[in-house]
Amino acid sequence: MQYLAPTTVDEAVSLLAGASGDCRILAGGTDLLVRMRSDMADPDTVVDLKRIDALKQITPEDGGWRVGAAVSGAEMGEHEGLVADWPGVVEATNLIGSTQVQGRCTMAGNLCNASPAADSVPAMVAAGAVARVVGPNGTRVVPVEEIPTAPGRTSLEKGELIDAIILPERGVRSSDAYLRFIPRTEMDIAVVGCAVSLSLDEDGTCTAARVSLGAVAPTVLLVPAAAEALIGTKMNDAALDALAAACSAAAKPIDDKRGTVDFRVHVAGVLAKRAAVIARKRAGGAA
Amino acid sequence: MSKIHVTTSVNGDPTEFLCDADETLLDALRDRLGMTGSKEGCGTGDCGACSVTVDGRLVCSCLMLGAEAEGREIGTIEGMAKGDQLHPLQRKFIEHAALQCGICTPGLLVAAKSLLENNPDPTEEETRYWLAGNLCRCTGYDKIIRAVLDAAQEMREAS
Repeated sequence: MQYLAPTTVDEAVSLLAGASGDCRILAGGTDLLVRMRSDMADPDTVVDLKRIDALKQITPEDGGWRVGAAVSGAEMGEHEGLVADWPGVVEATNLIGSTQVQGRCTMAGNLCNASPAADSVPAMVAAGAVARVVGPNGTRVVPVEEIPTAPGRTSLEKGELIDAIILPERGVRSSDAYLRFIPRTEMDIAVVGCAVSLSLDEDGTCTAARVSLGAVAPTVLLVPAAAEALIGTKMNDAALDALAAACSAAAKPIDDKRGTVDFRVHVAGVLAKRAAVIARKRAGGAA
Repeated sequence: MSKIHVTTSVNGDPTEFLCDADETLLDALRDRLGMTGSKEGCGTGDCGACSVTVDGRLVCSCLMLGAEAEGREIGTIEGMAKGDQLHPLQRKFIEHAALQCGICTPGLLVAAKSLLENNPDPTEEETRYWLAGNLCRCTGYDKIIRAVLDAAQEMREAS
């Protein structure tokens, strides 16, 4: 295996495009090294992104935030501006693994690992985040929900990498939240995950919302019907029940050792209600 | 296959080693540098026995390549005691009998030291969450948590 540590994005792209054999991108490495260890990956080349300064930065951009692909979960949790604007995205990312894993793991890596149960991905989808994809043919901006195409698979082409996740401007009276169900309190993989991002008007009516579910389908789901259940309402019990029903209807999970279909379908709705109430409170609405 | 030459710092000492590209930092520490205090429990980032700090940040050395250590400052369990003088955490682990087989102990000490550097007065809950990535199959954790909280108190009173 060859280990390469470029110092610019252009250099990384040309290394990726020119590499023969199995070439993998190393961001935090908390998935890649586990795969290598378990013989699920045997790369010929590894391209480490952590020597590219720009990819280690959290930068204000167009009123929102550009989070470089090599920024760790711990660094996100220590960034006051990012936490203030997108507490749900940060809390979701901070649920990945242990303190040790937080020192390395990245949102971009969590996205490209393409697990249906990835914690940060529903939060990014609800936030309306986009991935900035750079490759031999230039740069394109892709909604986060269009990156994973199946478990372990992404829509990235050969030679492409995500150099940043871009979170949009967070308007007034707006916030987000992420909840997952696990059978313990820490260090586990989501049985169901749900993120809600919403905006309120001065009267507390929901004016915009995005709702996303994890671990209930081959890829993380954006659920427009769930958002519609909230928009235009004061998020009373009827609206929250409609939100839950829309999420349960959208969930298409499998039975596995972590949970059954029936359980996941039900919990998708329960978590959506709870996450919506937390996001409303954070946005300055009713507690 | 030619090896990679890595120049780094381990516990403040300038250090060089040669490693394979796919070799973890844990293997480089243990097999190239003879620093066997960091243990391999799982090799997949689940157990924390290989915990070290990299530029002050707590990580699993099994989830990092040796080559990634180039130019970084690595902190391991070998840097914790000052000569014969144990770190307060090490002393409290002994006083509270917070270890049995000892495989998890270096990682727990490195992780607990990192906690107290970030938060000198953690609650029990904060301590348990911070150390959730350090598995111990012997003690049931209570003695470990008590030792960490006791060491924290002593270190606060001493400072």
